[in-house]
Amino acid sequence: MGKKLRPYRLQLGVTFVFIALIVIFMFLSPGTFLSKRIYISFMSTIPFAAIMALGLTLVIIGGDMDLSFPSVMAIAGYTFSSIFLATGSVLLALVAALAVGMIAGLVNGLIVVKIGVPSIIATIGTQFFWRGLTTVLCGGMSKSIVQVRDTAAYQVFVGRIGSVIPAQAVWCLLIAIFLWSILHMHKFGDNIRFIGDNMRTARIMGINVDLVRILLFVMMGLLTAFSSTLVCFEMANWWPTQGEGYMLLVFASVFIGGTSVFGGQGTIIGTFVGSLIIGIIEAGLISSGFSGFWTRLIYGVIVVTSVSVYAVMAKKR
Amino acid sequence: MDSIRMRGVCKNFGEITALENIDFDLGENEVVGLIGDNGAGKSTLIKIITGVYPFEKGELFIRDEKVDPLRYTVQKAREFGIETVYQERSLGERQPLWRNIFIGRHRTNRLGYIRIRSEKEETINILKNLIGLKGVGISADSSVQMLSGGERQGVAIGRAMYFKSRIIVLDEPTTALSLKEVDKVLNFIKMIRETGKSCIYITHNIYHLYAVADRFVILDRGKIVGNYQKSELSREELSDKLMMHARQE
Repeated sequence: MGKKLRPYRLQLGVTFVFIALIVIFMFLSPGTFLSKRIYISFMSTIPFAAIMALGLTLVIIGGDMDLSFPSVMAIAGYTFSSIFLATGSVLLALVAALAVGMIAGLVNGLIVVKIGVPSIIATIGTQFFWRGLTTVLCGGMSKSIVQVRDTAAYQVFVGRIGSVIPAQAVWCLLIAIFLWSILHMHKFGDNIRFIGDNMRTARIMGINVDLVRILLFVMMGLLTAFSSTLVCFEMANWWPTQGEGYMLLVFASVFIGGTSVFGGQGTIIGTFVGSLIIGIIEAGLISSGFSGFWTRLIYGVIVVTSVSVYAVMAKKR
Repeated sequence: MDSIRMRGVCKNFGEITALENIDFDLGENEVVGLIGDNGAGKSTLIKIITGVYPFEKGELFIRDEKVDPLRYTVQKAREFGIETVYQERSLGERQPLWRNIFIGRHRTNRLGYIRIRSEKEETINILKNLIGLKGVGISADSSVQMLSGGERQGVAIGRAMYFKSRIIVLDEPTTALSLKEVDKVLNFIKMIRETGKSCIYITHNIYHLYAVADRFVILDRGKIVGNYQKSELSREELSDKLMMHARQE
């Protein structure tokens, strides 16, 4: 591999895997994978998990972990649907949902940074808390918000651009570009890398480690809440178990993308393509004639293989 | 003008006295060796000077400016031009060299975006002309993991010099290095003096210290028990003084 491409070998590798999977599925199921409908369908479903995976990538590069996002998704979605039903205002509902997501992130950040609880433990706890609170508040009942389809915001967030491209795909792409620019080109991204690489070095170099770590949790809460509102818009519905099932997809996307579980390293492009890989596998397997039972097995194989390959590459370096 | 002047500084950790009534000076363009057994208080003294620990009593002056102990932080110490090079903690191991050189002091636009090309070009300049790293395959994008121990210390020292640090604190910079690598680091320390800066050098190795320091300060159980100019004693005598304090424990 040429010297200039060497720094990008992770991104190139994961992109190659994605293209190879598409080609394989085209052979196994040409009727599905040579039609544009499946790709439009992917663009409407993949962004929900991808947006959270992009946020989680920064948290993990910073050396922390967030396991609470599926429950934050539920409480943010509950807030959005409740306030929309009560007021009829999408703007108010959206602002409230995003605020709840940021508060949930702030709580995580304060527990981890100020109290000193390891992030993996703290966010397991808050995962139960937010899910429990949501269940108590909704009494186990879902909320139908079909009226949201009549609002202008519906078109902005999940409408079809040119009657074809789902708007959520554009939002996801914009978020990916923004976070890529932050991680690779902004001094805040540099601070994240050094904190994840060696927190003591980061402190010695004058980085406000506590503030950066708290901001990362707040950002994760914000992106989770945004993803949650997109799901509510798309489904015109909120349900108490919203968010369950995303944990595996999001983590798989992040780790397939080459983000180091030890912190300090990772790429937004890797996670973005990782999300695409995870997003197409289920449809690809089923349309190729496999039973849906195979999906998780394949996810597991891909995640274990990818993290093993990255671990071997790290050793060689 | 002294680079650093400490008068009657005390530091306690609970009921344990780490430093007691310390008077310490570092002159302009002077290399002071700080020596003592484990637990003597060397690291505590350095952490007070570099803003990591607050101190309870006494006065600290940096370039004749009195420091407010409640507001003196790592960031403040860096603003005074004090930079520390630790044995293993000065660089982000998995980050490229250009990010390591400019971490915390990036060249950015108004929005905080880094001028990457400019920083990479300057990194090459620093590596070649200031640090003297001309190894095959080393570029601004090279990871720190590619460098030897001596080269890593060179990058950390070179970074401090590039950013015009006036006082460079070296905390055990030669530990676990090969002889050849130690030579490199000692040359970097000589370079610090040649460029008119001041340095505090902490080590257990009298041979390394004697080769580069102008003055030696011996710490023992939180007190300064010896302060000698290099002209006052030979390396063997310095070693004897250190051993004498160790035997008294």
